[in-house]
Amino acid sequence: MPEITESRPQTDAPPVLETRHLRREVGGAVLVDDVTITVTQGEVVTIVGPSGAGKSSLLRLLNRLDEPSSGEIFLDGQDYRSIPPQALRRRAGMLMQLAYLFPGTVNDNIRFGPRQQGKDLTAAEIEDLLARVGLSNFGGRDVAKLSGGEAQRVALARTLANDPELLLLDEPTSALDESAKAEVETLLVEIMHERGLTCLWVTHDLAQAERMATRIMLMEKGKIVHTDLSKEEIHAQSVLS
Amino acid sequence: MLNQFFHDPLSLGVAQAIVATVMALVVMLIAHFARIHLEREILIALARAFVQVLAVGSVLLLIFEGPVVVGFLILGLMMLLAAQTASRRAQGMPQAFRVSLTGIVLGAGPVIVLMAWMGVIDTKLTVLIPVGSMIVANSMTTTSLALDRFRGEISSHVGHIDAALALGATPKAAVAPYTRAAVRASLIPRIDSLSSLGIVWIPGVMTGMLLAGSQPIDAALYQFVVMAMIFTVSGLASLISASLMSARVFSPAEQLVLRTGKGKR
Ligand SMILES: Nc1ncnc2c1ncn2[C@@H]1O[C@H](COP(=O)(O)OP(=O)(O)OP(=O)(O)O)[C@@H](O)[C@H]1O
Ligand SMILES: [Mg+2]
Repeated sequence: MPEITESRPQTDAPPVLETRHLRREVGGAVLVDDVTITVTQGEVVTIVGPSGAGKSSLLRLLNRLDEPSSGEIFLDGQDYRSIPPQALRRRAGMLMQLAYLFPGTVNDNIRFGPRQQGKDLTAAEIEDLLARVGLSNFGGRDVAKLSGGEAQRVALARTLANDPELLLLDEPTSALDESAKAEVETLLVEIMHERGLTCLWVTHDLAQAERMATRIMLMEKGKIVHTDLSKEEIHAQSVLS
Repeated sequence: MLNQFFHDPLSLGVAQAIVATVMALVVMLIAHFARIHLEREILIALARAFVQVLAVGSVLLLIFEGPVVVGFLILGLMMLLAAQTASRRAQGMPQAFRVSLTGIVLGAGPVIVLMAWMGVIDTKLTVLIPVGSMIVANSMTTTSLALDRFRGEISSHVGHIDAALALGATPKAAVAPYTRAAVRASLIPRIDSLSSLGIVWIPGVMTGMLLAGSQPIDAALYQFVVMAMIFTVSGLASLISASLMSARVFSPAEQLVLRTGKGKR
């Protein structure tokens, strides 16, 4: 088994995210069990694992959409309970499997996050974000008329509008067809490089995990059973159903 | 026709009640043959309605000349029962009884007091209690509707609410569209009955006044006043209960805790 630190791309980089013995139990079922992980600045960590392993449950804890039963989370070394939930959620931006766009125009959706803090994005700022996700001039469109790939890219731009330092991605491309998936992947790589974003990416798609990750974790039955799975090991293990 | 056989008002009333009941039973029989089995419910509802209305009649008879305070006490009791009924509809929602009670009391209370003080509602108990109870009953149905709709809206928008929270929205902001939808939906029946007033139906108060021999114009104006009051009270009760509930479906750490229905997570 490889050493965790061995293949970390930037061992001297500070941890952006740290969890200690994180656990979530609902009605006797343990969804997340004793998860202790560290993610450093600039890493793109993918989490793979069978359906029901607790991957989404883990991400929801990190965004504080759910409450852990026990354990700790640190964001930039700061106990996340000491950060107001709204600020925390902006710093650890989350993108879900479905876009969940709000009814209205693309612009309305992009403005949503900043507006919650009383900031109004300028037209130029919105256009800039839209250009990033390849949707120049889409601002006035009604979200009901977007394709799945377009909607997911709007959701990405909407999350980026909050200028997060950590991006939590929960299978953001699993509802998309191959070409839309490739588009979103390419965009994400560019944006992560551009902004030096740290990223925790849950995916079912092994090939995607290999393409995108600087490090791959394996989750099974609520536990992170590997914090640094080599690409050979992925193929050796038939972990994904 | 009945008054040819019954001359004192009480036995006439009883005879009328029997005829009305027989007609309801005929409908029940027809339903039975159409294999819509409502016998039990219909019988229970009829019996309940009969007993309740008789009880109220007797109580009114007893307190006919009592002080105004008694009227307000009775209305207070009605509000408690109304809140209990409304919260039964809102089962599974946190603090449903307290929320319903606050909505109904803060909605109906001030309006009844104000109207009584301005003399729009007579403080004679024979007026105060029936008109007041109508107002309380309407705030009750509106509160039920608002809470029920609010729960429905939430359970079909769990993903959107989580998405809004994840973007740094406050809980209030995250559910605002659904709170508004609930209030709007709960007021639709009120708006409909306001706009069809007199055309589709001539409701209780006016009917009562006409039966009692009032001038049609007086009865009509008074009915309008009552309907407008009912709308005011319903609007207040709905706004208050929906907005109180919208704060209670979140945990202190601003997580959506009311997760019923399909979008469980
Ligand atoms: N609120 C909850 N209450 C009870 N059980 C839950 C709850 N949320 C999730 N679960 C269960 O916890 C387990 C982990 O779910 P989770 O969604 O985290 O898995 P996952 O790894 O993301 O799966 P998938 O790859 O299918 O998305 C599942 O068995 C799920 O049914
Ligand atoms: Mg999942």
